[in-house]
Parts: sequence; C-alpha cells; structure tokens
Amino acid sequence: MLKFGSYVRAANIDDALEVLRFKKGAMVLGGGIWMRLSNRTVPCVIDLSDCGLNTIEETDDEFRIGAYVTLRDLEVAGKLNAVTGNVLRDAVHDIVGVQMRQLATVGGSVFGRFGFSDVICALLALDTDVELAGAGRMPLAQFIDMPYELDVLTHVIVRKRDYRAAYQCMRKAATDFASANACAAYWDGSWHVSVGARPAKARLLAGDALGIASAEPTAEEIACAIEAVRSLKYSSNLWGSERYRRHLAGVLAARAIVEAAPYSSPEAADAARAVCSGEEAIA
Amino acid sequence: MSMIVTRESERENLTHIGAKTVKKDAYALLAGKPLYTNDIVPADVLTLKILHSPHAFARIRSIDTSRAEKIPGVVAVYTYKDVPNKRFTLAGQSYPEASPYDRLILDEVVRYVGDEVAIVAAETEDAAERALKLIKVDYEVMEPVLDFTRAKGNPVVIHTEDNYHVNGAWINNDRMNNVVASGLSEHGDLEAAFDECDIVVDETYHTLADAQAMMETFRSFAEIDAYGRITVTSSTQVPFHVRRMVANALDIPQSRVRVVKPRIGGGFGAKQTGCNEIFCAFVTAKTGRPSKIIYTREETLASSNSRHEMQLHVRLGAKNDGTIVAIDLYTLSNQGAYGEHGPTTVGLSGHKSLPLYNHAKASRFAFDVVYSNTMPAGAYRGYGATQGLFAVESAVNELADRLGMDPCEIRLKNLVTPGERLAQYDDNELYSCTAADCLRRAMEMIGWADKPLRQDLGDRVRGLGVALSMQGSAIAKIDIGSVDLRVEESGFYTLSIGATDMGTGCDTILAQFAAEALRCDTDRIVVHGVDTDVSPFDTGSYASASTYLTGMAVLKAAEQLIAELRRRAAGFMGVDVNDVLFDGDDMLAFEPGVLDVPADVDKPEFSGIYDDVEAIARSYQLAQASPDAEPVAKMSLTELANKLVAGGDGDCLTAHAAASSPTSPPPFMSGIAEVDVDKATGKVTVVDYVSVVDCGTVVNENLARVQAEGGIGQGIGMALTEDVQYSDRGRMRTRSFMTYKVPTRLDLPNIRMEFAPSYEPTGPFGAKSIGEVVINTPSPAIASAVAHATGHYVRTLPITPEKALFGE
Amino acid sequence: MSGKLMDVTVVLNGKKVAASVAPDQSLLAFVRDHGCKSVKCACETTNCGLCTVWLDGRAVLSCAVPMARANGHEVTTLEGLQAESADFARCMAEEGAEQCGFCSPGLIMNVLAMEREIRERAEAEGTAPAMPTEDDMNSYLAGNLCRCTGYTSQRRAIRRYMESRFAAAGEASAAAGEGE
Repeated sequence: MLKFGSYVRAANIDDALEVLRFKKGAMVLGGGIWMRLSNRTVPCVIDLSDCGLNTIEETDDEFRIGAYVTLRDLEVAGKLNAVTGNVLRDAVHDIVGVQMRQLATVGGSVFGRFGFSDVICALLALDTDVELAGAGRMPLAQFIDMPYELDVLTHVIVRKRDYRAAYQCMRKAATDFASANACAAYWDGSWHVSVGARPAKARLLAGDALGIASAEPTAEEIACAIEAVRSLKYSSNLWGSERYRRHLAGVLAARAIVEAAPYSSPEAADAARAVCSGEEAIA
Repeated sequence: MSMIVTRESERENLTHIGAKTVKKDAYALLAGKPLYTNDIVPADVLTLKILHSPHAFARIRSIDTSRAEKIPGVVAVYTYKDVPNKRFTLAGQSYPEASPYDRLILDEVVRYVGDEVAIVAAETEDAAERALKLIKVDYEVMEPVLDFTRAKGNPVVIHTEDNYHVNGAWINNDRMNNVVASGLSEHGDLEAAFDECDIVVDETYHTLADAQAMMETFRSFAEIDAYGRITVTSSTQVPFHVRRMVANALDIPQSRVRVVKPRIGGGFGAKQTGCNEIFCAFVTAKTGRPSKIIYTREETLASSNSRHEMQLHVRLGAKNDGTIVAIDLYTLSNQGAYGEHGPTTVGLSGHKSLPLYNHAKASRFAFDVVYSNTMPAGAYRGYGATQGLFAVESAVNELADRLGMDPCEIRLKNLVTPGERLAQYDDNELYSCTAADCLRRAMEMIGWADKPLRQDLGDRVRGLGVALSMQGSAIAKIDIGSVDLRVEESGFYTLSIGATDMGTGCDTILAQFAAEALRCDTDRIVVHGVDTDVSPFDTGSYASASTYLTGMAVLKAAEQLIAELRRRAAGFMGVDVNDVLFDGDDMLAFEPGVLDVPADVDKPEFSGIYDDVEAIARSYQLAQASPDAEPVAKMSLTELANKLVAGGDGDCLTAHAAASSPTSPPPFMSGIAEVDVDKATGKVTVVDYVSVVDCGTVVNENLARVQAEGGIGQGIGMALTEDVQYSDRGRMRTRSFMTYKVPTRLDLPNIRMEFAPSYEPTGPFGAKSIGEVVINTPSPAIASAVAHATGHYVRTLPITPEKALFGE
Repeated sequence: MSGKLMDVTVVLNGKKVAASVAPDQSLLAFVRDHGCKSVKCACETTNCGLCTVWLDGRAVLSCAVPMARANGHEVTTLEGLQAESADFARCMAEEGAEQCGFCSPGLIMNVLAMEREIRERAEAEGTAPAMPTEDDMNSYLAGNLCRCTGYTSQRRAIRRYMESRFAAAGEASAAAGEGE
C-alpha cells in the first residue's frame, strides 16, 4: 500500500498547485485505485476532494467533466453518452467492477496517460481538451504526449459535435485490461480513429493519415484505415503479442468505423461489413 | 477398518439424504460473523512478514539483519541460522508421507523466486514491512533450472543437501538427477496392440501450474496455551497433518502441538499443503508470544503451491471403426522447488484417465516428476486427474475427428461399464458407474443430435465439444475418517468429526447422515470445527474423501450408538434388547417375536478388493419406524438420555467409529461445451455448458450442485483465462488477480447440470464423491469445441484468443 | 505509515467513531479494527470486491479508500445491515450459494447497493423500479469474485431476491399502465 509522507486536502486548485510545485515529490491523489499496487512513500499527497471537481457540467457547446468525476459517473451520464454515441459508457463499463469504478476518477485515468486506458482511447477520438491549472487548456492528443509535469488536471472537456461514434475493445477475460482498443468517431465532416493498448499510449489517426474521406467509408477506405492502424507500433506483453495486437487493432478499428458510420443504404453497410469479414483469420 | 456394504434398496425412503439442507453455518457466514482465522486472532499478537527470494536459485553468502532489528516495534528477525536443521515436507499426507523431506523452515539455499529467506516478527505490520526492506542479503546466484522439460539429468542439481530424506523407496526418487519420483504401470502387450491399430493419435499436451485461488489467502496464528503447548489456528484442510508438520519443522514432539481449524474461506487443495503455519509456530515457540501471519494475494499466488504443470504425451491407437485398442501415456510433472505431492499427483494423470477406456487391449502409463526452480506444486482439485484427462480426452476427441466419427459415439463404443476390473486402477472392481447415462443425458440436454459440431454464425463460429471425467473417493487403504457420536442430556447428539469443512458443507452433510441414521432433525445434531486435541482423527478433507469415508464412519458410529441405546433402554425397561426398537424419538419395547431380528448383521465388512461384495451386502441397523403392533413399554430418548447422565446406572454414551476403504470408487461426469469463437479476434465465449454427474447417491442436492457448478467454473478458468507466466529469470509474472484471471461472472454461462446417481455398495447410502471430478471436463471439452469451430487444436492451456485465432 | 497521525471521524453503521489514524490507513483496515470483521481482504489490486462497503451509500472498495478521504463520511458495512440483508441471505442459504462464505459479505453489500440504485434511478426518472435483467445483474456484480460457486447458484439466489423485490420489467410497466 502506498504510504503518505503527509496529506493535504486542498481547499482549492490554486492551493493544490502551490503545494504540488513547492513540496518535493508531492502528488495528486486520484481515485486511490493504484495506491494498493505500490509500496513506496509519497512525500506529500494532495487530495482535491474539496475542490468541486466531481461534476459534469453541460454548457451550450461542451461538457466539462471534473477530474474527480468517477468512471461510474461517466458510465451513467445519460446526456453526455447520448451525444457521444455511448463510447464513454462502452469504454468503462467492463473495467473491473462497479465498486472500483465508483472510486476511479476520470482525472486519474487521463493524467496517468496509461497505455491500456480505455477512457483515453474513447476520449481521444472525440473533440476533447484537457484543462490544467497551470498549463491551461489544450487538446487531449497534445496532452498525452507531454512529459509528466507538476500540474493539476482539473477538467476534461468534450465539445459537442455531431458525433457518430463507436468503441471496440478486446479483453482476454471479461473485466481484464484491453488487449487492444479502438474508438472511431465521425464529426465535423471527418473521421477520427484512436487505437490504444498497443500496449503503448493511444494514438489518434485522422485525415490523410487515416485515409477515409467519406462519411460512409467505402470498402477501400476501410481497408486503408486498417492498413494505417496496423502501421502503428505494437509490442508484446501479458495481454497479447505484437502480431496479435497488430491484427486485432485493425479488426477493432474497422468494426468501430462500420458501427459508427451512418450508412444510408444497407448495401453500403454490407460492403463495409464485408471488409471486416475479410479480416477474419478463421475461415 | 473397512466399509459396510449395502444394496440400492437402502436408498428407498430416505428423509435427510438428498435433501437441500441449508448449511449449518450458512446464516452466520451470510451475516458476516467473525468466524475465520484472521477474525479471531488474539490481542497483542505479533505480525509476521516474510522476506522472499528474488532469485530462482542462490546460496545465501551472508545475511545482515541488524538494521532491520533496530526498527522500533521489531521483535526479532530470523534466518536459516536460527531454525532446526531437520528436513520435513509440507504435504498434507498420511504418515509416512510419499513426499520427500526436502524443506527447512528457512534454508541457506533458496530454490525459487519467492522462497523464504527471513521472518520478521514485529508489533505492527508497518514495522515488519519496514524491517523487510532493511535486511541485507548477499546471494551467490546460481544457474537455475527453469524449464522442467530439461530438468531430468540436468547438471544443475536442485537438492543436494545431506539430510534429504525419502520415506518410501517406491517413489523411485533420483534427486541427483532432479527426479522426485518416477514410475510405470503396464497392462497387456502394448506394441502388439499398437500393431493391430489402423490409426494412432500421437500428440503432446501441456497444462499449467494453475492457482487454486481460494478467496481466503493462506493464514494462521499461533499461541501458547495454559500447558505450555503451541496452539496453531490455521485455515487448513489438514489439521492433523499440520500438527505433524509443525512438530517436524520445530523438531518437537507432536504432543506439544495443537491445531485448530475455524471456518475456512475455500481450499480447493491449496490448504492440503502446509504453508505459513510453521512460521508462526516457530516464532511463537521462540518468543513465547502469540504471532500471526496473513499471506497477501501476491504471496499466495507466487510463494505457496499450485497445480502441477504437466506435459503429457499420448499415443492412442484405434481401429477404423473407433475401437480403442492401445493407449500409451507418458507424463512429465513439474514439481517446482520442493516435493509436495509430487509422487502422488502424477499417478492420477494415468490412473484416473486410462480406466475410462478399460477395454483397450493394452495400456502403459509411465511418468517422471522433476524438480525445477519454479514455485512448488501441491494439491489442486483434480490432483493430476485434471491434467491426465485433458490429454487423454483431447486425444480421444482428435481420434474421433480424424476418423470422422461422432466424439460421443466413439466414447459410448469404448466406455468402461460396471462390474469390470480396472487394469490401470490397481485391478479394482468398478461397482457403480452410470458414465454412459451421464453422456447420453448431457447429449439430450444440449440437443446434440440436432446440432453440427461446427456452425457458422457470420462473424462468429460455434463449436461443440465433449469430455468425460472420473476421479476417486478417498485414497484407498490410506485415508481414514473417524467420528465420535455422543448422546447428550435431554437427547440431542454431538457429532465430533476430524473432517475439515472448507466451505463445501461437509459438517452439514455428515450431520445429514447422522440425522438419517438417528431419525431426527439435523438441528438435533451438533457439529463443530476441528481441534486436534478433541476431534477424532481424520486424515482431512482432500482426495474427495469426506462424504464417502467420514460419512461411512458416521453410519457405523450411529449403528453402534443405537445398539447401545437399545441395550440400555432394554435394561431400564427390563426387556430383551431384541424386542426394543428405536424410532428416533422413543425406545419402544414389543412382545417377543414382533420385531424382526435381522439375519444379516454378522456379515463381514468390505476389507479387500477381491471381497465378494454381493455376498457381504446387508442392511444398515439404524433407527426405524415402529411396526403397527402396540408397544408393551416405552421410554423416550430424552428420558433415557437423562438417565444416562445420572449417577447410579448412568453411562454417558459415546460411539466411536472409523472408516477406511480398500477401494476408491470413481465418480463420473460428462461435460459438453458449446462455444462461440469470434472469427476475427479469436475470443472464445462459452455460451452453454451442460454436465451430468454420477456421484452415487446425492447427499445434499444443493451442495452437490454447487460443487459441480463451481468445479466447472474453475475448469473453464483453467481452459480459457488462467495463464501462469514466468519471466526468463524465473519470476512469476502472474502474481495478482490483475494478471492471473480467475473467471468473473461475466466469463461464465449458467452451468446446467444434472445427476445420474449410481449406487455405490461400499459408500454410505450409496454415496461416492463429487468435489474433484467436476473440474476435469471443461478443458478437453472446450479445447475440442474450439478445434471444431476453428480447425485449431490447442494443446497447451489456456486457450487464449490468440491461440484460438492463429493456432499454436 | 508516515509519522503523523490525523484525527478522523466517520459515522460507522450509524455510530459516530472518532480515532487518530494514519491518513494512509485503508478504510478496510479501519473498519476491521473497529469490529467490522465481515469486510475481507482478498487481493491487493482492487479486483476481488470482498472489501466492498458503502461510502455515503455508494458501494466502494474499502481497500482503496485512505482514511484521510473517508474522514467525515458515512460508512456502512454488513454489520450495519443485518436486518436489511436477511431476505437476501435467506435466498443465498436456500441455494447453498454462500459455500465458503468468504466473499458473501462483499457480494451482499453490492447486491443491496444495486437494489438501492435501481430504486433511486427509477425515482429520479419517475418510473416504477423494475427487475434487473440477467445481464444487468452480471454486469453490476462483475467486480465480486467468487471461486467456489461458478456464480450459477448466486445468480439463482440474486434472481429470486430481485423477483421478490421488483416486478419484472414487462410486468412493472403493465402494472403502471393498469394503475392509470
């Protein structure tokens, strides 16, 4: 169990940031989930429970998700999920169990920038920003590539868009970490496909890099997307080999795209599904 | 010690046997009462923590505990220098144990990553943990043997110590070649039989060192009682064996040790091997203070014991019509660093798989059990049979596929039937068996006749697979169960047992036997946990023994007690004992001649496998309904019991009986798995699982059903998700529930099971066992279903999505 | 544990408990120290669900809640829900679904939390609370591991209990329709 050198319950974000910057080795506590996994002592633990970060606020053009909103809150946030094709619900609802998701926080998941993260994978395909007390607001895609800095993540912001989105992942056991995950979202006239658990951090593919121009991706376009996804870097660990992951990521991305795409004719949808079938290793 | 033999007619008109009796401790458990080991530790107990080896094989050059000892709250730090230099085994087996004596409490040589290096005793857990980090060990790291397939004859020898000891030459120990045990059993002319075959399936199968993963990790505490003896309270299946282990480890007489077993949070065989009892007993002996040790999940997964990993080579020869002619099985068993249960588990891989196909003209079963520098293996539900049946049943499935035969038909064609002597089962006779019925009923349940083995469902493909399983009921000639049955003031009964309820409900099941015998409600039977000072000896709850063996002991004790009650009542009433009947509530005296004097009471008990079971069958002499005739005298049980505890003619009655069987009657089980495999991801989903079990007479329908459902659930975990992995330096990588995936409720379908009860003449009311047989079918059935779905025969468990998709 | 202790107050099963504890002490260790032995530890990785308690009425894993964070909150364990849990306990016992019983308290806490959440949600939505589906139950309780039962008997018990508490979804809406 992680040990606390000292414990500070910050009254507000500014105080938290100050402690974080001036107290050597200080860390912000998320949901506490990983506490059990470490035996080290953190010199100073900062708790943001009193900072009002546990709500999802909806404005005219965005959802502001507080860093202390739990994964369970995210899962059952009706409006947010309705607008975003339920990808957040689908991303989190097989993570361990309700009692765990009632503790794990969105901020902890995003700030940790874990490769296996289902939450990051889903958010990354949406129009998502993060807001940091020090560095301010920036796109999630930019944030996940930044080095860890002494800053406090306060909000994850999902802009309202005309989302058509779907989330796909593969778990070896039902509530296990994903062996690979993918989220496809069509918004603002273009496709965004994120692929995670490679096992490295999720990557976002869009525009030319993805190779899909139409709202209703053709078989050729999906094949391009699969190729693009598979050209990312993959490696092996307990949850899958490099070879399997590379194969899987293409399958999941294609399935997510087809599930999300607003095909206007059954023929077009069937053609797209046929590409997915072409990915089957079992004849 | 022997067994009463009865006929199936004994099963008529049973009241308590077969009922869905609620477990006696159910409501206390469900209320969350403090009943488990860690809930009842004494105050001011020392907390123990173990320093585990980071190396797979090393000699300790020096160890410095001085800084650790200075941590406030640390009472002592012990190393190999402090412990007796007398080797023992942690295997929970009857003396003389089959397992080699190859352990010390702490050793100068560490033999796997996780082996114990030092014990810290401290006032608080925090102090103990801080001290662990300050113990400085200088290791001479040696080249380990991590690949068990290269252990035999390897120049690196794992056990070279002088005081290594083997109890029995029969295990064929050759430790200087890393061989714990080896053996061979042959039947018929094997090569001639293979020459007759049209087809031979020749494949190698591999099962892993699965974790039992009971929810309650290993834990125990020790204290010194008023007489200066060490009392160990432990979550164990084998309290009497733990008494011996502790005595051996501490090099003290067994009379100085008492072991208490409270409620247990699951065992599955894990707790048939001793674990940390020796550490707390040692520290308490040294310090005179109570001490407790609670293993973490990580320690439980990586520093205790597991199933034996096995590599099994099968050659299965048959005629083109599917007749199985010859079977050759070679099992290589990975013992890991210490020898617990090595010589015995491996035997079941052949002796509990080959007899299913007893008609084969010839069979051979050979094995080696080898040491390696991995975690020691021990006992896990199925105990080698699980591994053997995965191999043999998979080979039979492959044979059927290669011949284009229905895998159920090929079994029905070759299956063992009652009355046969089993060549690979020590020539024991099979008295009870409905294996064929089990299979036929399972086929009906799943709709076998109407379903193809492979069905294309678009993005998924569905497959069907089948397997059979057998096990034993107690270890023949070695296990013993005994009970004391006492009639108490006011006329209730105390049933003292040494069998260890580990959550399975044997306390309740044995009370049901007593209630049936005594014609009373189970509430009138008092049972309690095990205390080696007061409970009668029992080898323990393992090897599927308790229902069959201790159940028989209950019936024998009940017969004796009833006879004695009748005799005493006859005395008090002044009548002949032959005219007194006990109907459960009253002692009733009748006119001479009214009661039938049973003719067959003097029949001998079953004491050897060549006994004529038909000839020695008799009726149980238990409490019985009174005839229509009017009794001439009557005395209530309460009245009698009160007289018996009074002075004068009183005599507080206790009946004692023990049971041990010359045979180990096999229960049987069929399992059919229906799986969906995602064509593109390889994800295997068990959509349906049906099973029919022949456990002889079902004693408690609920508890038997839950045994089956639970065993199948564990079997599905073994088949699909439980994937033990080691690093290339020998460190277990799957050391938490984050990486070692036991099935969640989302991973398991509703398991559908039924019973096809045979009547086992040597068992109590015809009962056999159920605890272990139920884990054996999922792996071969699912592997075959996946093979039918995908064309990929996965022969190394678990069947991960990756293997299902790409093949091995 | 760090050197410094902090004063905390929690309402444990309706009773105010004040103590001086290490801020990093787990709520699990705390409730066990305060007599609530029904709360078990069976993993160190938040995977098993045996340490489930209610924190302000929501089921959480007490192993992952530091006392510093539990401070000032309401904590409920099975010791505080003896009457409320009796009906479900009977369903479990009658199926033999408790087996070793070690995981039962955590499961009971989550089953009762599920029941409560169904009621709260229905109330918030102004609908009649409905019997959860088999999938709902499996999904909600997925974080409660059991090694004995294979879950099938637990499912029978949970289904029986939920049926005794809620009309089936179809019946509920039909009943609501009849009421109007």
